[in-house]
Amino acid sequence: MAILLTKKARVVVQGITGHQGQFNTREMREFGTRVVAGVTPGKGGTKIDGVPVFDRVREAVLRRKANAAISFVPAAYAKDAAIEAIEAGLKLLVIVTERIPFHDSLDIMPYARSQGVTIIGPNCPGLATPGQAKMGIMPNYIFKEGDAGVISRSGTLTYEIVNAMTQAGFGQSTCIGIGGDPINGTNMVEALAMFQRDRKTKRIVVVGEIGGTTEEEAADFIRRKVTKPVVAYVAGRTAPPGKRMGHAGAIIQAGKGTAESKVKAFAEAGVPVAQYPVEVATLLAAA
Amino acid sequence: MKFLEHKAKEIFARYGIPVPRGVLASRPEDIVDPPLPCMVKAQVLVGGRGKAGGIRPAETLDEARQVASEILGMDIQGYRVKQVYLEERLPIAKELYLGLTIDRSAREPLLMATAMGGVEVEQVPRDQLFMEHVPAMIGIQPYVLRSLRAGLGLSKEISDQVGSIARQAYELFRKEDAELVEINPLVVMPDGRVIAADAKLVIDDNAEYRHPEYANLDQDRTPLEQEAHDKGIVFIQLDGDIGVIANGAGLTMATLDALNLKGGKGGTFLDLGGTDDPEKVKQAFEILIKAHPAVILVNIFGGITKADTVALGVQQALEEMHTSIPVVARIKGVNEAKAKEILQSIGMYAAETIEEAAELAVKVKAGEA
Repeated sequence: MAILLTKKARVVVQGITGHQGQFNTREMREFGTRVVAGVTPGKGGTKIDGVPVFDRVREAVLRRKANAAISFVPAAYAKDAAIEAIEAGLKLLVIVTERIPFHDSLDIMPYARSQGVTIIGPNCPGLATPGQAKMGIMPNYIFKEGDAGVISRSGTLTYEIVNAMTQAGFGQSTCIGIGGDPINGTNMVEALAMFQRDRKTKRIVVVGEIGGTTEEEAADFIRRKVTKPVVAYVAGRTAPPGKRMGHAGAIIQAGKGTAESKVKAFAEAGVPVAQYPVEVATLLAAA
Repeated sequence: MKFLEHKAKEIFARYGIPVPRGVLASRPEDIVDPPLPCMVKAQVLVGGRGKAGGIRPAETLDEARQVASEILGMDIQGYRVKQVYLEERLPIAKELYLGLTIDRSAREPLLMATAMGGVEVEQVPRDQLFMEHVPAMIGIQPYVLRSLRAGLGLSKEISDQVGSIARQAYELFRKEDAELVEINPLVVMPDGRVIAADAKLVIDDNAEYRHPEYANLDQDRTPLEQEAHDKGIVFIQLDGDIGVIANGAGLTMATLDALNLKGGKGGTFLDLGGTDDPEKVKQAFEILIKAHPAVILVNIFGGITKADTVALGVQQALEEMHTSIPVVARIKGVNEAKAKEILQSIGMYAAETIEEAAELAVKVKAGEA
């Protein structure tokens, strides 16, 4: 087992003909993912590395039995693509696209929820279940099959930490990049609940950063509901207030969302917090 | 995107929200017919202008010009006042607060109001703060306004006006892609009319393409931050002296944090993102060098791009720049040993971990390495 994504997933890539779509389709297949179709409006009937391309998501579902979608569609069209995937009946959707307007996310996320659809992202590196499948853009070589669940708001910082974990012998059950936006489809608490339920996952790593209160909510949830050992890292201890630190969601507003508050919340929940990213692996060994 | 008060009020008025009469001026001599008696208000994007002396009354035209000349050019939290807004002075019976923001956890717009207007909303006790989520797909339903009226203890006459202002503000919030719409205070005048005495508006940068009419408005960026923004580079100037460049927002923050733990201080937040385009890398280093750091700290985790390819890109960018600033670099990824060789061959300090790189950067700055 693992969470959300296994080798059974039949993935359709939205925006497969673009540079990012093509490259990552190749990488995902190399990881073991069954990419069964691509969708790019106007490019139906063509093929990318042997993967059939359709104009509409519904065709990918009918003809290729796609049951999950990953979207590389540019921000201005991302809402259209997401709603199309939901309406085609897909239940898992990874949105890699960054810079999606917040009000589009406000439309997409509650609607997905009402339809029983899980969204990962936007502005995220995606999902990877080592040994099974990847829906995302994380580099393949950093992963190793194992029993640690990883939840992160960041991209390269996750690679750094997963790489250190792998080198220290801590493989991963599933790694979820929930994304750097203020509004995301799956938040830290929801991901924690899934890892707590998953039998393969024996330990959990949480990578947070400044902005919002998702880490505080996660710490509270860990205290009440999580029995597996959890270790954390929080980026942005030195970030100035009021500045958006690269991620749309990484901003300290009206005194809320500081790293200090998050570190404190984790500490109070008995979660050790690493000072340097790679220290996560050391903390896991002690947890 | 942040908006100056006068611009926010112009947009408020477009949605039917009542605002005071006012005129904008950037020189005292441009003030001809202000609505007297008036308030002369500094137009800056940062808060706390009242406390800084940036909002003052005037009774006559001469006084208005005099006060304006004193406020113009003032420094408020590092920002120079370039414009003043002269606005009719309102008789005040009561001050309310009305705000709309995005609740990240609930993934819904949040309507906030209180009868304790005029103070910062964070200072208002929770039991005095009315809060109601608005499902984005549905919009404001009448019950929201009924509970708003009960929550604020308003008369029917006042609450009808506040209710329609809430609706108008919500329409603006959605149509203009706002992150924040705030009216503080929302003034009730002795004659019972309700009017937005102040206006705060922040529009989502991601939605800039849907609102080209706001593209050229001044933002609270340093000149170098503005230059970077125009080139599509994610860059923030900080008050330290070690220039940090990394890839990915989280990793860049982690690098700055590591520097701090080693007793150093980052002077820049420069996120190279996922780019391996040599031209873009060069532009990023140009910005970095213009910030005059004492030392440059490069921290790249090569995901898709191999570490040695990244190292060659860094080498090329720096060689073209002919900079004498010492560089500490740490490039992780496939072929990282080869990357390290490349870095050392051009006289850079190479490190293996973030911690080591941070420590080295601090030592190089102190002249100890």
